[in-house]
Amino acid sequence: MGRYVGTSVKRVEDPRFIQGKGRYVANIQFPDMVHVAIKRSPEAHARITRIDTSAAAAMDGVVAVFTGQDFKDGGCGSLPCGWLVPDTKVPDRPIVVTDRVCHVGDSVAVVAARTPYIAADAVEAIEVDYEPLPTVVDARGAMDEGAPLVHAEIDDNVSYHWALGDQEACEKAFAEADEVVEVELVNQRLIPTAMEPRAAAAQWDAASEEMTVWTTSQNPHPIRLLLSAFTLGIPESKLRVISPDVGGGFGSKIFHYPEEVIVPWVAREIGRPARWVATRTESQMTDSQGRDHVTVARLAMTSDGTFTGLDVETWANQGAYLSTFAPLIPTALYITLLSGNYKMPGVFGKVHGTLTNTVPVDAYRGAGRPEAAYLVERLVDLAATRLGRDPLELRRHNAIPKDDFPYQTPVAFLYDSGDYDRLMATAADNADYAGMRAAQAEARAEGELRGVGVVCCIEASGPAPSAVAGSLGSAVGFWESGEVRVHPTGQVSVFTGSHAHGQGHETTLAQVVADELGVPIESVEVVHGDTGRVNFGMGTYGSRSACVGGSALVRSAEKVRAKVLEIGAHLLEAAEEDVVYDRETGRVHVKGSPESGKDFGELAFAAYTAHNLPEGMEPGLNFVSFYDPANFTFPASSHICEVEVCPDTWEVRILRYVAVDDVGKVINPMIVEGQIQGGIVQGVGQALTEIGSYSDDGQLLSGSLLEYAVPRADLLPGIEVDRIETPSPHNPLGVKGAGEMGTIAATPAVANAVLDALAPLGVTHIELPLTPERIWRAVQAAGNGA
Amino acid sequence: MRHRVCLTVNGKAEEFDVEPRLLLCHLLRAYVGLTGTNIGCDTSQCGSCTVLMDGKAVKSCTVLAVQADGCEVTTIEGLAGADGLHPIQQSFWDNHGLQCGFCTPGMIMTAVEILDRSPGATDADVRHGLEGNICRCTGYENIVKSIVAAGARGN
Ligand code: FES
Ligand code: FES
Repeated sequence: MGRYVGTSVKRVEDPRFIQGKGRYVANIQFPDMVHVAIKRSPEAHARITRIDTSAAAAMDGVVAVFTGQDFKDGGCGSLPCGWLVPDTKVPDRPIVVTDRVCHVGDSVAVVAARTPYIAADAVEAIEVDYEPLPTVVDARGAMDEGAPLVHAEIDDNVSYHWALGDQEACEKAFAEADEVVEVELVNQRLIPTAMEPRAAAAQWDAASEEMTVWTTSQNPHPIRLLLSAFTLGIPESKLRVISPDVGGGFGSKIFHYPEEVIVPWVAREIGRPARWVATRTESQMTDSQGRDHVTVARLAMTSDGTFTGLDVETWANQGAYLSTFAPLIPTALYITLLSGNYKMPGVFGKVHGTLTNTVPVDAYRGAGRPEAAYLVERLVDLAATRLGRDPLELRRHNAIPKDDFPYQTPVAFLYDSGDYDRLMATAADNADYAGMRAAQAEARAEGELRGVGVVCCIEASGPAPSAVAGSLGSAVGFWESGEVRVHPTGQVSVFTGSHAHGQGHETTLAQVVADELGVPIESVEVVHGDTGRVNFGMGTYGSRSACVGGSALVRSAEKVRAKVLEIGAHLLEAAEEDVVYDRETGRVHVKGSPESGKDFGELAFAAYTAHNLPEGMEPGLNFVSFYDPANFTFPASSHICEVEVCPDTWEVRILRYVAVDDVGKVINPMIVEGQIQGGIVQGVGQALTEIGSYSDDGQLLSGSLLEYAVPRADLLPGIEVDRIETPSPHNPLGVKGAGEMGTIAATPAVANAVLDALAPLGVTHIELPLTPERIWRAVQAAGNGA
Repeated sequence: MRHRVCLTVNGKAEEFDVEPRLLLCHLLRAYVGLTGTNIGCDTSQCGSCTVLMDGKAVKSCTVLAVQADGCEVTTIEGLAGADGLHPIQQSFWDNHGLQCGFCTPGMIMTAVEILDRSPGATDADVRHGLEGNICRCTGYENIVKSIVAAGARGN
């Protein structure tokens, strides 16, 4: 490859962040700006019988107060759902409710005021009378006979049923199985908790009728589309959406939220710029949340430990309304991953998407894939216990052999490439797995509770071929756009439809383009996150930016090279086949004589002066490509975790965490390692500390960072990261997604380790997170309490 | 009722007329225009808003502007000297100590105090010292590495 791809180039975006010059939405300020605050429902389900805004409206410094009726009368449409599986029932989701609230945090009224403090006071002064209605919060309980209805028109609380797989092969596998292991488990609700709370700002130009919206979004173009076509009604040509620096997303900033409509609507209504910044508490109670599955599953195998079938039924909590991509997550991103890294002919899964009086659930880092991995990897450990086999050895026994790629699973996916045996062997080597087991045996002999957890996990990243997405329910395509604009001086501006909110695209995409063109990386600038500058884009999620966004840029750079080569040949008065484009230097020269050539800058200039171009060639040097991926890419990982459980406090201490990942070709090893490390700690958070919990009456019990336990720096002693590379044949860079693999693997790795530690006490299952209290209770229940 | 507060922010003395309930973080962001101090929570958990007040790291969301009367406040914008980046800033850049950058100003200001107290801070010291700061992106690995490296290089 070239000079930059594959090397740890330091991030070009860092200087602004380390100096406090990040351009976050909350930093946007206009002299005449009003501050927007939102009155939120304290009730999970209630009829509104009275709203009195008069006291608030009369307060000094309050500019305006609006209710749901104002937004309705003012032309705001309801929030749409962008992914509909067959027969999905979609409850109406107004921007601001008019007569009924469906979850705590639902928007009830809106204040615009001179300062945020006054706006907050005015919100308090709004009087609302609620007549409480019965609530339901549980994914499976929502389907119970007689459960309270979240929306009267959906008479069973079911938004959709969905199934996939080879049911016949599955039934046959169980009929013929020598052994079957079963599990019922909860994949608990998580709150994504990006450190930057959501925010939106807007400026309306009455003369030109142009609206600019700044929003903390992972995908500004789809937000513009939704604002234009559904919620705000301003034509796309008059609407500019900018996502400047965004302080983390992890999926939660993909979706179209009410505040993105409220703020521009208010700005236009009162003719002043407006800004809303969520408090943390507001973010925790209104950002779409993640996971929340109840699952019953069983795994069939032969007596030699060969897996033959997997049968899964899942109840997926979708919350009170369908968030933008909600039905996608427990269907096409979950059931499709149930084959894991294993050869298993009979996989079948069905899912029920249910509605409850809770915040909507949608994608959160990994999105569906962690739920699949946790389930499969727990079942494999239960199988190992049943068969008396070593869990690593059993995984290697069942892993898809490297010569079987591309591998067609029974649940739709065609895995691109991989070497799972080598992956596990590398992890075992790095961890000294045999040594760990020996140490465990010694510790056990001393009465200590030590465990080793091992996993092998799969991910589908880089969504997605648009036609496939369409056939599965998507309302949009999942291609990406990439524009390479070479300026007359030879400087390069790169416009990508991907959006970075921590991933470092300004560096990695510059590496890609600099290598494609053979120009210094310093001359390449990456522009993203602004519909006014980037022609279109689908944004960043599903670890797609390198696979799809990067590939679009490769295509555009190829077009640049072809044109530069043609101009070069023309100016050198040589036939095109007699000249070469040197990708090390960006020079075009006659084959065999590098000295007789033209620099990239000279040729770019020639393209713009157009004094002497080949016959019929258009001037300029600017190419756009729309790249639709041929397939997902399939990263894989094997992680090994060693833990100790304290028999007095029942706290879990992680002793070692060893990760080996295969994310295909790597553009920037430093950034990939950072993604994997960060992902792992989020996954460990699910295993040990995090839970988004609701009381039966729909009160959010983990609404602040006091109750929602995000991992701290001392949760792990450090992470040992390594990788192998099996390039993806499905994109020109050979890359696979790197953003989510760590999260997917870490939860089962830690859970398996803790349950391994507790095995001598007869504990076989504990619901996550594995807090001291839950462990203590499980030990008591197993009759082994000290 | 309003109060007059005088404080020195990044070496510059300033005077403000404020409500008694105004938080220091809001004073810095909205009145002084220094938006490098981020606000990540409302329960004093995340540390994004950390600044130095008379040389000590404080969460500026837990300090009233009136309490800062007469104090010297240093924010992330005032950390670097005339000769470029502060060594801890440089170390965060060199060691990939940030991803989205939102927690970063608070992490760096906390790091100043950690290394002030124990210049040769170890990995474990730093992990302990960061107990009041949350990062959701990095998994802390490279933050810890950045701070330890800055300490080892004599800050
Ligand atoms: S904003 Fe001050 S601690 Fe979170
Ligand atoms: S870098 Fe994003 S929160 Fe720390």
